Amino acid sequence: MGKTERAAWGFVAPSLIAIAVFFVLPVISALLLSLTDFDIYALADLSNMRFVGLQNYERLLGNPLFWGAMRNTMWFSVLGVPLTIGASLLAAVILNARTVKWRPLWRVMFFAPYVTTLVATAVLWNYMLHTRYGVINWMITSLGLPAVDWLGSPSTSIPAILMFVVWKIFGYNMLIFLAVLQTVPDDLYEAARIDGAGPWARFQHVTLPAIGPTLLLVSIISVAGFFQLFAEPYVMTQGGPSQSTVTVLYFMYEEGFKWWNLGSASAVAFILFLCIFVVTLLQLAVSRRLGGDHT
Amino acid sequence: MKVRDLLLNIGVAGIGLIVLFPLLWMVSVSFMSTGEAATFPPPLLPKTWTLEHYRDLFVNQGMGRYMWNSFALATLATALALLFTVPAGYAFAKLGFRGRDRLFQLLIGALVIPAQIGTLPLFLMLKSMGLVNTYAGALVPWLASIFGLFLVRQYALSIPDEMLEAARIDGATEGQIFRRIVLPTLSPILVTLGLFVFLGSWNDFLWPLIVLTDQSNYTLPVALAALSREHVQDVELMMAGAVITVAPVLILFLALQRFYIRGMLAGSVKG
Repeated sequence: MGKTERAAWGFVAPSLIAIAVFFVLPVISALLLSLTDFDIYALADLSNMRFVGLQNYERLLGNPLFWGAMRNTMWFSVLGVPLTIGASLLAAVILNARTVKWRPLWRVMFFAPYVTTLVATAVLWNYMLHTRYGVINWMITSLGLPAVDWLGSPSTSIPAILMFVVWKIFGYNMLIFLAVLQTVPDDLYEAARIDGAGPWARFQHVTLPAIGPTLLLVSIISVAGFFQLFAEPYVMTQGGPSQSTVTVLYFMYEEGFKWWNLGSASAVAFILFLCIFVVTLLQLAVSRRLGGDHT
Repeated sequence: MKVRDLLLNIGVAGIGLIVLFPLLWMVSVSFMSTGEAATFPPPLLPKTWTLEHYRDLFVNQGMGRYMWNSFALATLATALALLFTVPAGYAFAKLGFRGRDRLFQLLIGALVIPAQIGTLPLFLMLKSMGLVNTYAGALVPWLASIFGLFLVRQYALSIPDEMLEAARIDGATEGQIFRRIVLPTLSPILVTLGLFVFLGSWNDFLWPLIVLTDQSNYTLPVALAALSREHVQDVELMMAGAVITVAPVLILFLALQRFYIRGMLAGSVKG
């Protein structure tokens, strides 16, 4: 018994030490760092660092640029989460139909964009969204509509980036939905059909209840993902035009690694974490209430 | 009934077109001669196929160097992640030690914390250790993968205890049991985890952008992002760079997609 236990510690020690040193310690230090005025002078000489309490947080809450980043991130999530989940669900429901041909092929193909390198496909979509030569404006103008300056105008930059993001990630949720849908027995659909339920009624009364819990899980993962958008605006718009695509993580990156205000940037990181945490708790609470009503 | 099937199949083909068209077009444009893609309407296929942009990338832009960095880092990250997380995941599943369950609950709770929070202190820590702008600095986050540990544990739970017990009675040490019995049983999940880490490291952007400050250490995504700021107008060149960056991971994924998808579903549906 003692020997097994010693071996067990030998097995877990390297991993636990790595997690403690490279994950737990940095996260705790981030909290401490957010209470200091660590900046480029402290980077050169640590004695220039002072403990400033909650000053970083106060200053951030009074900074319109930070609120802009919060607002943009909120728009990305509020629009992006339903769009992604809607697209994923639509694709999953269609692919779940037995009469669709080559289902395994489509399944892998729809998922493929998810594993592609974000920076590379962002560069690709920059070209697709080009005002003059882009294929998207070519389609729009072919329909007789005016060309849109997708990435060049503050009102369309978020929808433009979202088109790319949905294209890239819808396959992930789709696979999860598909896995759950495949556990729904065909008899249920058959029974609903015999009872005279149309496609929409069958979706509402058979499909939705089956994927309910998964829907919650997927929406939590999606919100967390959309709160952490960074590379998309970095590559496609550099936060512009007129700051319209600066996300919270982008703001943190600039604050920390462009202006070297590491104390303030750590405060941004913590506010971001708190937001994700609160949204997760809210979603859990809402689902508990909804679940309680049904049963 | 027939109409419905037809509509479904058309729907699938439509989604397939939307998904596939950008990737195919990226390849096509990368073979066009300079300036050809910047015309209206956008051309679907090159008038004359040329490799000039690929040559330019490797000869003038140092793409070979970036590709090597990406490849070396992804390979090392995979090896290190497996080395650190697999024994630990197995021990959490199958070996009794004091505080195991409480420790595991703590780790699961920590999954909620996005790793980006620790980015700034981690950078300062590595800076004081002289690891900024080195491979070691870029690799560090891959050692501390709670998700990997969790994945291996879930899979290792299915190893029958009798098998391990029998080996113990035969006098095998825990190390021998791990090497001869556990590792072969775990091999499918090792492929999955290895694939996750390799693709994750290859595609990673924020951390390499921060920690690899010198151009000669850039990975493909960091180099491509820098290149796209200088060469916005050179669409064909940028598409060639995107193809070089995406092709290796896409091919790897397609070859091993069964392992990837199975692991992904195990990690999210059960969890």
